[in-house]
Amino acid sequence: MYKYDSYDQQMVDARVEEFRDQARRRLEGKLTEDQFKPLRLMNGLYLQLHAYMLRVAIPYGTLDSRQMHALADIADKYDRGYGHFTTRQNIQYNWIKLEDAADILADLAKVEMHAIQTSGNCIRNISSDHFAGAAADEVVDPRPYAELLRQWSSFHPEFSYLPRKFKIAVIASDTDRAAMRLHDIGIQIVEQDGELGAAFYVGGGMGRTPMIAPCINPFVPLDQLVTYAEACLRVYNRHGRRDNKYKARIKILVHEMGAEEYTRQVEAEFAHLLEQGVEPPFAELERIRTFFEDPLFEADLTDDIDRSDPDFALWVDRNTVAHKADGYVSAVISLKPVGGIPGDATTEQMHLMADLARDYSFDELRVMHTQNIVLPHVRKADLHALWTALEAAGLGSPNLDTVEDIIACPGLDYCSLANARSIPVAQQISERFAANGKTEALGQLKLKISGCINACGHHHAGHIGILGVDKKGVENYQLLLGGSEAEDVSLAKITGPGFDEAGIVDAVETAADVYLRERQDGERFLDTYRRIGMTPFKEALYG
Amino acid sequence: MRILTGNDLKTGAVTWWTGSDWSLHVEDAVDVTGSEDEIARREESARRVNAPYAIDATMDEGSPRPSHIKDRVRAIGPTVRPDLTLKPADPDIGNWVI
Repeated sequence: MYKYDSYDQQMVDARVEEFRDQARRRLEGKLTEDQFKPLRLMNGLYLQLHAYMLRVAIPYGTLDSRQMHALADIADKYDRGYGHFTTRQNIQYNWIKLEDAADILADLAKVEMHAIQTSGNCIRNISSDHFAGAAADEVVDPRPYAELLRQWSSFHPEFSYLPRKFKIAVIASDTDRAAMRLHDIGIQIVEQDGELGAAFYVGGGMGRTPMIAPCINPFVPLDQLVTYAEACLRVYNRHGRRDNKYKARIKILVHEMGAEEYTRQVEAEFAHLLEQGVEPPFAELERIRTFFEDPLFEADLTDDIDRSDPDFALWVDRNTVAHKADGYVSAVISLKPVGGIPGDATTEQMHLMADLARDYSFDELRVMHTQNIVLPHVRKADLHALWTALEAAGLGSPNLDTVEDIIACPGLDYCSLANARSIPVAQQISERFAANGKTEALGQLKLKISGCINACGHHHAGHIGILGVDKKGVENYQLLLGGSEAEDVSLAKITGPGFDEAGIVDAVETAADVYLRERQDGERFLDTYRRIGMTPFKEALYG
Repeated sequence: MRILTGNDLKTGAVTWWTGSDWSLHVEDAVDVTGSEDEIARREESARRVNAPYAIDATMDEGSPRPSHIKDRVRAIGPTVRPDLTLKPADPDIGNWVI
């Protein structure tokens, strides 16, 4: 994985000291909250429902055991013994003290991490495929391109005050594991006639106005990648609305301007920028690429797995994914125990995951946007030992992509923007399906819960989505069906009137039962919904 | 009634105006109807509180109960982590919040 050079380290260290001085001046009363707020937000420090919250960037979700240990130490030393992995492949701490914040950033800088650009109207942490570098179906590892874009976008003076926040995802396979088309810019590295290039999808997003990004250019040569991205941003920066924050995202611009006109302006800007020579030398991309070379996979490994333990066999079936190297798999560590809080991990669990990455996965971990952790390169022969260690720590739940593998935002339990609680609903649903035994029969069923219209829980993209709303001071939950963040991307539709907390759990089970009754051979929940439509579900839900 | 809340500048902890100081416990809050803006301005400029604002509340068994669920969650802590709330031993805490 990428290692800081001296320039990277100097930049991050300097930012830590700058923030230390800003925090000191705030504590001494030399800065007002109005003056300090944009400064702390630039360093990922929010003031949330109960305390300050620090969001730490994990670039494209990749980290090593040293970094995971450091994240665990921060949870232990400065927070309350746990952290929350987010749908942007980051980690958040919920109980941070302002007087500790600079020390935390200094601790992060020691392991080449930071919290820069995890808030504000700038280019946020760039996300990617959590199986990058391991997936059997990718044309190339997308992370060098994500890293190049990370370096380009970090402290970019022209894009530090965009009309609104800006999110980029980079993938390199036809299977979309990063919700690529629901980003402001989604980039897919593709192969065409033996050459690699980048397909640009611009103007997607969730939030209050969900949109699927159209493809504005199917093949940008990779030695023009940054220039094209810059052109996309420039047109947005020029025309994006600053008069209304609810209409300020690029998706609104592309929609109102029209994809064709937006593309025309991007191409004109691109032609202009090509003359300016803003693209970094191709040698820089080559340099970055050397950090992402394959680890030394062993040859002639066995593909045999002893499946005599049924619990282990179930975990292998559900939580391991095919790898490009024979004898290896990618193993998913579920942070979704039945009745647990999706995405939360304790200090001890983080230390254990770091140790297991060191012992079994070439020292590498990934954070999934679905709030689980991946050990990307595990020998099949090591799986039983790995699973045994995970089971003992409460990390062996065999539920990847099942109805129990729920995405949930922090909701009203932690978030000052939320209208309703998400986590208790997720807990009750996972408990319901664990108890009624339907999880196995339901197969792949992606359930996503947001506590407000900002959609941090990706409810628009759930096969089943839940949106918490405030109904005259009382929590209420809308049910949505038919969304997908994957290559078969679609936006979920609301079924009808909302439900109270108990009612929404019943409603999810009712929808699941409709699927079990109506499905045909091989159909997932989403396939059945698309075939039969909303009506049978509405009839079952509302009579 | 109106009660005044904010966050401790150093720790970020939720605090409530008691009439003379700031408390971590909402039951210590007093009615500030009519004077909330003046108190908020004065206390914030003295850095005894960060980002103060007034909310609606009612008296419930002798102590203030915030009217909106968001403020009740804020007063107690995350409902999903009773071990982190201010009243971890209170079995009725969920009922109070909801």
